[in-house]
Amino acid sequence: MSSLARRRATDYTVKVVSTLFAAVALLLLAWILWTLVIRGLPAMGPHVFTRITMPPGAGGGLLNAIVGSLIQIAIALVVGTPIGLMCGTFLAENGRNTQIGNAVRFVNDVLLSAPSILIGLFVYQILVMPFGGFSGWAGAAALAVIVIPVVVRTTEDMLNLVPIGLREAAFALGAPQWKVVTFVTWRAARAGIVTGILLAVARAAGETAPLLFTSLGNNSWSLDMNSPMASLPIAIYQYAASPFDDWVALAWAGALLITVGVLTLNILSRLVLAKMK
Amino acid sequence: MDATLSGTADPALVSARKPAGRVSDPVFVGILWGSGIFVLILLGLIIAMLFEGGLPALQEFGISFLWSTTWNPVTEVFGAGVMVFGTIFSAVIAVIIALPLSFGIAFFLTEIAPGALRRPIGVAIQLLAAIPSIIYGMWGFFVIVPLMAAYVQPPLIDLLGPLPVIGALFQGPPLGAGMLTAGLIMAIMILPFITAMFVEVLESVPPMIKESAYGVGATTYEVYRNVSVPYGRTAMVGAVMLGLGRALGETMAVTFVIGNATRMSASLFAPGSTIASTIANEFPEAAPGSLKLQSLLELGFILFVISFIVLALSRLLVRSKLKG
Repeated sequence: MSSLARRRATDYTVKVVSTLFAAVALLLLAWILWTLVIRGLPAMGPHVFTRITMPPGAGGGLLNAIVGSLIQIAIALVVGTPIGLMCGTFLAENGRNTQIGNAVRFVNDVLLSAPSILIGLFVYQILVMPFGGFSGWAGAAALAVIVIPVVVRTTEDMLNLVPIGLREAAFALGAPQWKVVTFVTWRAARAGIVTGILLAVARAAGETAPLLFTSLGNNSWSLDMNSPMASLPIAIYQYAASPFDDWVALAWAGALLITVGVLTLNILSRLVLAKMK
Repeated sequence: MDATLSGTADPALVSARKPAGRVSDPVFVGILWGSGIFVLILLGLIIAMLFEGGLPALQEFGISFLWSTTWNPVTEVFGAGVMVFGTIFSAVIAVIIALPLSFGIAFFLTEIAPGALRRPIGVAIQLLAAIPSIIYGMWGFFVIVPLMAAYVQPPLIDLLGPLPVIGALFQGPPLGAGMLTAGLIMAIMILPFITAMFVEVLESVPPMIKESAYGVGATTYEVYRNVSVPYGRTAMVGAVMLGLGRALGETMAVTFVIGNATRMSASLFAPGSTIASTIANEFPEAAPGSLKLQSLLELGFILFVISFIVLALSRLLVRSKLKG
């Protein structure tokens, strides 16, 4: 009987400890968000969105960094989404049990978790060094390499949820594959595919390392894609490590901005996914 | 045409050779295949470019570049030893901290939490994975580093520092930044990945074998420990490897909190550097074509090889179990 009591006590202890661990994880999330709010909110204001980065003490904002980020993310999406969508479709429709399909799936999984700073180094070598300098194009290209695997993965997962009977019905009517895919499978999985794109935006928006040696950052107003371009994460990186209080405050404002944006995108996409499944 | 269509998964689809797509279909299928091949080539290109870029450094310093602990930009003598050590050391610390937490949280999410709370709590923990790495870096630098320096490191140094053998782990001044802090921050970052995969694996355990164990009187924890975890062991090891792989390549968070010293030390509190943090820090000071730049690219290649092996192994273990 004492052995039973001991087993029950162990069971109880482990349950309490596990619950505590889960509470710790939630508290960590709350702690990070709280830090962002109490340090970022006081630094927030119209100037963050209306003024460009300026020397310390001059009352600058983050306008050029925000616009630079938006432009680079937009171009990354324009380049990366079609490739990711097509590749994900290839995996779900043509490459399901083929060797080449398995190889592509494997490579995509590696790209998904590969250190993002190496993507920066790669783009530096193919776009920055040969073309004589850091540029917005290079930054966008690096972000496109981040976007592609995210879109591939979600597209494949979502297309796999579409019942095979739906495809068979369309094929039986004599539709060619492009029609079946565009009018039947993509349409059925539309919400899920859009979710993947949202997640890719969220991922690209917070990436700093791939931009360090590609678009470099720029403290003046520039929309020229051929020259270095500002971005929010790089501005935060530069300002957070600076010795000036107003720069550090601005970095917190930017950090709050990015985190709110990224978490909103994540929650939105999870809501859509929950509805689908 | 025949060849491409026979590549489709379902045999029923093969009969789809119909006049409507005579011209457009091969184009469409060609684009699909092209995109698949593109992703393959992309990874190949990344490997090739990093290899090619770092080759001059490897030729200059020989194979001992991999373990030489000298990193001296002034005399232009470079070696990867300190960074390789720092990369692996900090990532292992992260996994050691994250692993028990993940086991506990997965147990909580699959066995303890009431049904209605499971999803919201699971999602909240997953949000930890969505927070960008630079945010972890700032939070670590401004919040955790001062706490470590003031409250965590001094008592540990006083208490454990004088001990033989393990005392070596607790030496040096309490700077706040260092290996342990970097590992701690990364542990929080990889925790959601490991936990999510643990939960997925545990949920795939057939209810029948769990019920059998309950039937002979096992407690919840005993079922978890002796039935569920052994059942999913292979995939769970894979999940841990994924966490390790992510920690190995983590850049921005580490750069903020590791102290960026190019010295080797066994102490948990000593500042160090990882491959990724060294690249982030020193790249701006490396002139195009310089030996330093080539050495950094070679570091990148080494990091790629290490992550590739870990991630490939992880995937192999996870897939083998979840498919079977």
